[in-house]
Amino acid sequence: MKIVIGAGLAALLSLSPAVLAANEADLQAIRAQIQELKQNYEQRIAQLEQRLQQAEANHAENPAPIVSAASPASSENSFNPAISLILSGSYGQLQRDPEIPVTGFTLSPNNNGYTKGFSLKESEIGISANIDPQFRGVGTFSLDPAGGISVENAFVQTSALGNGLNLKFGRYFSGLGYLNEQHSHTWDFADQPLVYRVFWNNQLGEDGVQLKWLAPSDRYIELGGELNRGLNFPGTHNQNNGSGASVLFLHLGDDIGIENSWRAGVSWYQTGRENAQLTSNSPAFSGDSHTAGLDLVWKYSPKGNISQRYLKLQGEYFRRSENGLLTYTPLASDHYSVTQSGWYLQTVLQFAPAWRTGLRYDQLDPGVAVAGANIAGNVLSHDGFYPARVSWMTDYNPSEFTRLRLQYALDKSRQGLTDNQLFLQYIVSMGAHGAHQY
Amino acid sequence: MKNFLLLLLLLSGNVHAALNVFACEPEWAALTQLLAGNQASIYTATGPLQDPHQVQARPSLIARARTAQLLVCTGAELEIGWLPVVLRESGNSAIQPGGSGNFSAASYVNMLEVPTRLDRADGDVHAAGNPHIQTDPRNFLPIADALSKRLSQLDPSHSAYYQQLLATFNQQWRAAIVKWEKQAAILQGIPIIAQHKGFPYLNHWLGLKQIAELEPKPGMEPSAAHLAKIQSELQLHPAKMVLRAAYQDGRPSEWIAERAHIPAVALPFTVGGTAQSGDLYALFDDTVARLLAALNAK
Repeated sequence: MKIVIGAGLAALLSLSPAVLAANEADLQAIRAQIQELKQNYEQRIAQLEQRLQQAEANHAENPAPIVSAASPASSENSFNPAISLILSGSYGQLQRDPEIPVTGFTLSPNNNGYTKGFSLKESEIGISANIDPQFRGVGTFSLDPAGGISVENAFVQTSALGNGLNLKFGRYFSGLGYLNEQHSHTWDFADQPLVYRVFWNNQLGEDGVQLKWLAPSDRYIELGGELNRGLNFPGTHNQNNGSGASVLFLHLGDDIGIENSWRAGVSWYQTGRENAQLTSNSPAFSGDSHTAGLDLVWKYSPKGNISQRYLKLQGEYFRRSENGLLTYTPLASDHYSVTQSGWYLQTVLQFAPAWRTGLRYDQLDPGVAVAGANIAGNVLSHDGFYPARVSWMTDYNPSEFTRLRLQYALDKSRQGLTDNQLFLQYIVSMGAHGAHQY
Repeated sequence: MKNFLLLLLLLSGNVHAALNVFACEPEWAALTQLLAGNQASIYTATGPLQDPHQVQARPSLIARARTAQLLVCTGAELEIGWLPVVLRESGNSAIQPGGSGNFSAASYVNMLEVPTRLDRADGDVHAAGNPHIQTDPRNFLPIADALSKRLSQLDPSHSAYYQQLLATFNQQWRAAIVKWEKQAAILQGIPIIAQHKGFPYLNHWLGLKQIAELEPKPGMEPSAAHLAKIQSELQLHPAKMVLRAAYQDGRPSEWIAERAHIPAVALPFTVGGTAQSGDLYALFDDTVARLLAALNAK
């Protein structure tokens, strides 16, 4: 402003020589004034420059806390939950019909997920967010390639209970075993171990309530229990009051140095089965079913740096006893009891960043059924045959969000029907990418 | 050892509950140690040679988080791959995000490389900006200030002690920064290559000029084709050295170093990353020493 006035005065004066000559004294005064203005102005600029330098120095040394870069927009969608979409597909080459069940487990589901040739596998939509300060909600919805949508998980869990307690209710994967809680896109092989297929129909999902307690200790000691409906196999979807199936589990875990870590678990499952039938013309079983399980996972990584190389060893064992009444027809119905078991042991090696390879051995023991006289003729014995399988896989993970896998299996799970199986598989994930469990 | 310490405490008749601190990375454990002295029992979740982006939610971490009263982490999504599971499974309401027991260092510094577009096609980008804030010592001043206040808030009875430790830290740290800056003045404007985008704060501090990265996109392994392209670019715009963090695979850096005839430098990146970086002061002593050694190598 002052510059403008100063310049204006100067211009005015230079345009008026008459005035200039006539009034030398006035001119002197004006010159002095301009000089004063100039000095004043320069002084102020110097002050400003000094302040700026100080501010810069302060800022570099002591930046103010960045509370929020931009003020949150007050739109309705600013509280959108985390959304993810997982796509997968495979190519399968099988020598035998995948519908033929595992020998000795004709009363168990045979949901192997195998298809010959190209096929789209299940797509999964996941949505999760904090509901309020107390609760978090998770929904995962599975889109069947043949059409249809199913609710895989839909649960609410507490986030502020404290004291090591975690409460979960709704539909969830049961906490038994090690693999049961893991979503299919995190599996190390294209399919589940045989023991999971015949004992849990691949993965036990339940409707119910789960309470876990973590002990206040430097070692990981977690105790959990579930009261469930018995929604899925071997549960029989009881439409009764109370609980149709219950689960107990105990997990222990720790590190050994910085390179090794482990987790071990024991689990127990029981349900009362009512007219359990695989299809409408298969025999129906009613009675008690108890399953006990052991699981162990050990991971090793040089210097603890899993992004370079790691080795993972994992094994699980399950043993199930059933005792009740087996009915083929109203006339052919009698007491039936059997104890079956199965285990697998697998190892996965990440030998270079982005590259992994793994080997798995599976085995089942169909057990010897004790059947009453009325049904003794219907129950087949499979003495001495133990269904088994060896699988080998290699996968390439160009990023955290893409996995391309090749898997070969030598399947001897069906007596006299050795199968060479080859799978090519892709799994990709988009959107929010949640943290993975151990 | 721990039992022995506990026994000592019991014998001394001065049984006080030390503040249980869960530090996500070694640099925050070291800073907490300087600011809390003997009033904190600190557990460090990751090792100096672990890739901080890729850590597993191990049972031991969940167990330690269960009893922690204060969590000191980088934040800015660095720990997004494991910390949310650890916090959820811990059943510990004191350290959940938003609470006074949850301290994110990145909230107190100016973030660099905040992306203007968020797209996974750009690789492993962090929405909040580059999270490797610990490579500029000046960042530790505001963080220390905030962390000390947090310690006083959680444990008001030792507030004077924390303030005293903070004053000592501030004084010594400022003097150290002046010393490092004087030593490293010669590095101003030196062109460098980095294996991963891990050093924007170091570059900003010392005036290093990063002209290329070996990773084609952040978090993606350097490919042979990409390395060859960098090698040919280096003939036009030569760099003085190629930097990587100690936890990273040395092969891509060494491949380029050999062909371009420049030194490959493994910087400690965090406390304990090299044998010479045993504490927070040594971290920067060693970082500056390694950069100067590389510059004078020819």
